[in-house]
Amino acid sequence: MTCSKGQYAKPHEIETIPGTEGWERMYPYQYQFVTDDPERQKYEEESFWFYDGLHYPEPVYPFDMIWDEAWYLALSQFNTRIFSVPPVFGVDHRIINGYPYISPVAVKDPAVIEERIAHFMERAGYYYENWDELEAKWEGKMRETIDKLEKLEITPLPELEDIQVVRDGLGESKGYHLLKSYDQLIDLGIRCWQYHFEFLNLGYAAYVTFLDFCQRLFPDIPAQRVTQMISGIDVIMYQPDEELKKLARRAVELGVQATLRTSTEFSVVEKALQETAPGREWLIAFEEARYPWFNVSTGTGWYHHDKSWNDDLNIPLSSITMYADKAEKGECLDRPTKAIQEERDQITAEYRALIATDQDRAAFDQLLQTAKTVFPYVENHMFYVEHWFHSVFWNKVREVGVIMKDHGLIHDVEDIWYLKRGEIKDALWDMVTAWATGVKPRGAVTWPKEVEWRKGVMDKFREWRPEAAVGTVPEVIQEPFTVVLWGVTSESLQSWSEIQDTDDLDSVTCFNGFAGSPGTVEGVARVCRTVDEIAGLKEGEILVSPTTSPSWAPVFSKIKGCVTDVVGVMSHAAIVCREYGMPAVVGTGLATKIVKSGQMIRVNGSTGEINII
Amino acid sequence: MSVDKPWVSWFDDCRREMVEQVGGKCSSLGELINAGIRVPPGFAITVAGYEHFMAQNNVLDEIDVMLKDVDPQDIATLEKLSLKIRNKIEQMPIDTEFEDQIAEFYRKLSVRSCMPAVAVAVRSSATAEDLPGASFAGQQDTFLWVRGIDEVLAHVRRCISSLFTGRAIAYRIDMGFDHRQVGISVGIQKMANSFAAGVMFTLNPSNGDRSSIVVDSNFGFGESVVSGEVTPDQFRINKVSLEVLNRTISDKEICYTVDPKTQVSIKTEVPEERRKVQSVTDKELVELAKMGKLIEQHYGCPMDIEWAVDKDMPEGGNIFILQARPETVWSNKAAEVVSTAKGSSAMDHILSSMMAGKKVK
Repeated sequence: MTCSKGQYAKPHEIETIPGTEGWERMYPYQYQFVTDDPERQKYEEESFWFYDGLHYPEPVYPFDMIWDEAWYLALSQFNTRIFSVPPVFGVDHRIINGYPYISPVAVKDPAVIEERIAHFMERAGYYYENWDELEAKWEGKMRETIDKLEKLEITPLPELEDIQVVRDGLGESKGYHLLKSYDQLIDLGIRCWQYHFEFLNLGYAAYVTFLDFCQRLFPDIPAQRVTQMISGIDVIMYQPDEELKKLARRAVELGVQATLRTSTEFSVVEKALQETAPGREWLIAFEEARYPWFNVSTGTGWYHHDKSWNDDLNIPLSSITMYADKAEKGECLDRPTKAIQEERDQITAEYRALIATDQDRAAFDQLLQTAKTVFPYVENHMFYVEHWFHSVFWNKVREVGVIMKDHGLIHDVEDIWYLKRGEIKDALWDMVTAWATGVKPRGAVTWPKEVEWRKGVMDKFREWRPEAAVGTVPEVIQEPFTVVLWGVTSESLQSWSEIQDTDDLDSVTCFNGFAGSPGTVEGVARVCRTVDEIAGLKEGEILVSPTTSPSWAPVFSKIKGCVTDVVGVMSHAAIVCREYGMPAVVGTGLATKIVKSGQMIRVNGSTGEINII
Repeated sequence: MSVDKPWVSWFDDCRREMVEQVGGKCSSLGELINAGIRVPPGFAITVAGYEHFMAQNNVLDEIDVMLKDVDPQDIATLEKLSLKIRNKIEQMPIDTEFEDQIAEFYRKLSVRSCMPAVAVAVRSSATAEDLPGASFAGQQDTFLWVRGIDEVLAHVRRCISSLFTGRAIAYRIDMGFDHRQVGISVGIQKMANSFAAGVMFTLNPSNGDRSSIVVDSNFGFGESVVSGEVTPDQFRINKVSLEVLNRTISDKEICYTVDPKTQVSIKTEVPEERRKVQSVTDKELVELAKMGKLIEQHYGCPMDIEWAVDKDMPEGGNIFILQARPETVWSNKAAEVVSTAKGSSAMDHILSSMMAGKKVK
């Protein structure tokens, strides 16, 4: 089957789900596909828009769109205006029924490309040459941004301002401070995403180049063998999991592991530990590990409902208990890093020896080295941005939500996510001026009604299945971020659309994804859509999930294989599975919808094939 | 018989550089055995043995006379002469000393194989055959399932006589080779009672990728695969990680097996229910790939290999290599530089890769 032009629906022909009419107002207006501007409509029809399923396995809440807007700007500005990536400008965004679609924008004029090349060589060249130094600087900027976020105070509106305001002659109210803090909160979020993309696309470009070169040398080489050549490098993304293991070992040393098992409720366990000296000592170690490491999210960090370990200490507790059991039995908790490195070196040497010319061998060595240089950033930025920053950020927004609830603008703190960030600013103005004036805010009636309606719309969005792509398929994609993360190859889109064409998903017994981590395994499938469901995982089962994040790491010592809906080969699930030496197939599109918990499945991590048996 | 020029020689004593003494096939089998590759045991009637045999009755002088002034384009005359020569050779006696030697080797081979009168393959091993660039392949004969010393001797003569087919004679005249200077050796090798067999390339013949091993396989003897009579199962194995990455299971209508009554190889239909069954297990494929890798390492170039899984042997020791020769199609091409970057810095490569982009189709 070939992927012919026009195989996908026109973006403007996707129908609005009955009962959701007017949904567009939940998202920034520039995200709409439009029919009232012929030039824009033509551009939209001729572009290739694919569903950003990696970041959005479910529809986006109006507030959560902040990260989409943030990376829309950040990635695009670095490509277009800062590094001058020659063949491509930014990545354009749209939204259909709550699901974001993206499209890389190619530079069409060869003369413009030529101009951009010189700039790119100078600018990107500078970053590659000074990578380590700039990366250290980056970490400083990130830590400063997170520090500001953590220190940001969201203060409720008092009945009467403190007398100190008068005595200090401050001349400002808490109402004004709340507006200012909210602006700062949003600003920090946007700033953190500016930094997120400072290195990322250059990192991906180096990786794509190495991958591409290896595939030209060896047309049959599986992508996972290429990533294997840069595996075994220590990155902080593994640190949260390492902290759990440390705490487990410490518990065994202090002899408090039995106390850990007394309950799955951390508060109960904590109380019991407080009563003994070793228990208290262990709790000190526990508190030390929490900041920053327990800011790791149980999801991708992209949704407000992705809890961090700090949000729910029962999650790390259950993993610590599991590790303590293993430690007590004398099992080794360490990842087989040495074996991974040895295998990596052997595979690299064997492929290298098969290269026919000295010139290509030299290029191989150089590109491998560059890929190894960029790899730690590509992994580590996620801890700083999507985990640490986001986890703290969501809770700061909740603090705003608490105040809004107190003033009747929303009925529940969690309703705040149904408002766009700009709408929250408007509502806060309404609320603050009403507070200042001593009247009821207008929004106390309008927002709860609107939120109710939006909840219904979101429910309908959730039942809808987004098309893998819309618009016109291009011949090549040159945008590095797009190439790597979504692995937009004809195969993945084709296999997705083949399954999409099947009306009855229950009849599918065989489907494909990317070979993520080699090996074949058979076992009972456990479908986990969120981290809350991983508690039900039994030893030796195969995890089937929309995606995984580093905070799921502890389950990897329990399961024997992993299948995900979304993700490219550089993805977390693939990397972790390779580190644990278990088979994984990633980017299957619909695994969580096809496979049912309890079914026997066969996962071939070498070919990417999954069979229900 | 002189000590340094034996008439009969175990494969174990043959080496790659002994093409002139034992022909391409036998020297290559000896080389494989000595590289630690499992090859069905056997022995060679050496070129010295052939020369000794031909020296009897001055048969070469007679052939010279017969072929004097023959027109290589005159196929009818050539065929008539060929038949006459071959009949003569096939009826020529082998002297007692030589016959005793062959019989003794055959007896020892039977003992080694734990079988009375072991079934063997008798093949010609020409001194110019199987060499890259001068392929005489297919011009000499192969006889399978030969049992008993009398049969062995008869087929050794037939192999020798195959040097004088009409085509071979014409070829030599065209190429200006003297009939007297061409030698032949004959290999006598234990038949692999193959459950499945086929060929293996230690590169991907479709794209030249040296990180792949491609195996073609069918049930029974390898003839069905080698001759192209059947679309075999095809497997692509990663040479580095030894994983089976790709498999195409074909509808295999026929295969060659041994007729239990006549003990000769016959073409039979594969039963309906087995046709679409994978003919070789994944475990065996991995084992095969390992052998392929070893052979390639030993020869230092991509190889074209014939193999069989012997049903008489236990798992773990049942895969045999029947033949190995350097792959010629891709190996004869000049190595191309893949890198398209204008300069040699990482930036040059990154730019070049970015400009090329990723094909969506």
